[in-house]
Amino acid sequence: MAREKPVRMLLMTCASLSFLAILLIFLFIFKESIPAITRIGIPNLFSAAWNPDKGQFGMLAFLVGTLLSTAGGLLIGAPLGIGTAVFLDQVAPARMGNLIRRGVELLAGIPSVVIGWFGLIILVPFIAGITNSAGYGIAAASIVLAVMVLPTITALAAETLGSLPPELKEASVAMGATRWQTIRKVLLPAGREGILVAVVLGMGRAIGETMAVQMVVGNSSQFTLNPFQPTGTLTSNLVTNMGEAVGNFRAALFAQALVLLILSMVLILCIRLITRRKEG
Amino acid sequence: MSGNGDGNKMRIKNLTMFYGDFMALEDISLDFASRRITALIGPSGCGKSTLVRCLNRMNDLIEGSRVEGEIILDGENILGAGYDVISLRRRVGMVFQRPNPFPKSIYDNVAYGPRLVGMKDNEKLDFIVEDSLKKAALWDEVKKILKRSGQSLSGGQQQRLCIARVIAVQPEVILFDEPCSAIDPISTQKIEDLMAELKKNYTMVIVTHNMQQAARVSDHTAFMLVEEQGQPGRIVEFGDTNTMFTNPTDKRTENYITGRFG
Repeated sequence: MAREKPVRMLLMTCASLSFLAILLIFLFIFKESIPAITRIGIPNLFSAAWNPDKGQFGMLAFLVGTLLSTAGGLLIGAPLGIGTAVFLDQVAPARMGNLIRRGVELLAGIPSVVIGWFGLIILVPFIAGITNSAGYGIAAASIVLAVMVLPTITALAAETLGSLPPELKEASVAMGATRWQTIRKVLLPAGREGILVAVVLGMGRAIGETMAVQMVVGNSSQFTLNPFQPTGTLTSNLVTNMGEAVGNFRAALFAQALVLLILSMVLILCIRLITRRKEG
Repeated sequence: MSGNGDGNKMRIKNLTMFYGDFMALEDISLDFASRRITALIGPSGCGKSTLVRCLNRMNDLIEGSRVEGEIILDGENILGAGYDVISLRRRVGMVFQRPNPFPKSIYDNVAYGPRLVGMKDNEKLDFIVEDSLKKAALWDEVKKILKRSGQSLSGGQQQRLCIARVIAVQPEVILFDEPCSAIDPISTQKIEDLMAELKKNYTMVIVTHNMQQAARVSDHTAFMLVEEQGQPGRIVEFGDTNTMFTNPTDKRTENYITGRFG
């Protein structure tokens, strides 16, 4: 009994510190981006023109770059990850499944700079070759991101499928359903929420990914919807410019960081909504 | 509808089954009379569930399982090479120990089987769903809530929903693997009444650890036993249910049904 209180205090301190750290980061970024809103102004901040020397701080090109590369990454990575998860859980013999599982785990452990480097020396020249462009851009970033979200989506989707009661599969098979019918009509719908969470978490990873994207996206500030044109993302623009920015330039970067933070928070909110609906 | 020309819908001939190197069942021979209920009884682990899962080849799902011998359905060996397992499972439906409705609406649960073979006509589906739920004695309780999740029903209702789901594909044989072990006595009563009703049209096999249940519902009973740990399950005695419960020939059967072990 006597030790209850100090231990409680200690644990509470730990919890409070983590919470405080998050709160302070948020407050700091918010505070630093206030000048951007007051001095630069929202219309300028969200325009398509990025030219800090001339006082143009539009982040639209980067915002669109982030959204497009994330969407592209998920478009490739999500089906691949869910497909891998279904294969691991339902199709692969135990030994082969384990081997692939290890492989995917290993993929998660590869530092993003290595994947970016791989993208830079293999992917970008390859895209350049087949599209007759410089090779840098949203397409290259999307593929690199797909590789990076693959382990997250695969692991979580496989876990979701693995936690479904085996009775569901038995019931379907006993009705004369083929393996594919069982997967499509029973298992995937039953695991829908968990798979959705897997994709949203993958999205979180894609939105925040910096290094690998910065290496292949081209780091131009031009607004473009062409996936083979060099452009930038919020993260790549931040990491490229954060060293030398002062004054309004610096504030504009913080405003971009704030937008990034808000995007991530919206995603976390989505996950809470999805999981709450599942419980309810 | 006596498929084998002798009043038997299904026959097991000298069936031996292995999980890897482990022999789970040895030399089982049994006949399942058409439009009758056959009960498989015996203590836990005697292989009765394993045996019933041979009849619709559910054991195929288990890696490393293999069988020797024959199981004849309407004159055809279902264990034969190239036998169509998918169509087998539509002809031999199964109700499981724990009610296992899909996380779908009551309607979609019952329509699952017909939809698997591509039925899209909503009028036909409506008819099948209503008809199957009526045959499963569940229609009156759910006719106003067909869109609600099948998993929102009570355990006993869920089990009857599973029976309706099986009936919807018009099987010839229905296997019940301890269908009442996870539900309350009143629901058990309802399912037993239902089985008596279904006997008019279906050949049924019920695995149960409840001897009273076997005595109440079945026409024929097979008593299975694992003599010693590690040995395979074998049939000790098979015959008319009344005879077996009143005048068993084997001493072990008598000991079991009088409650001396198991």
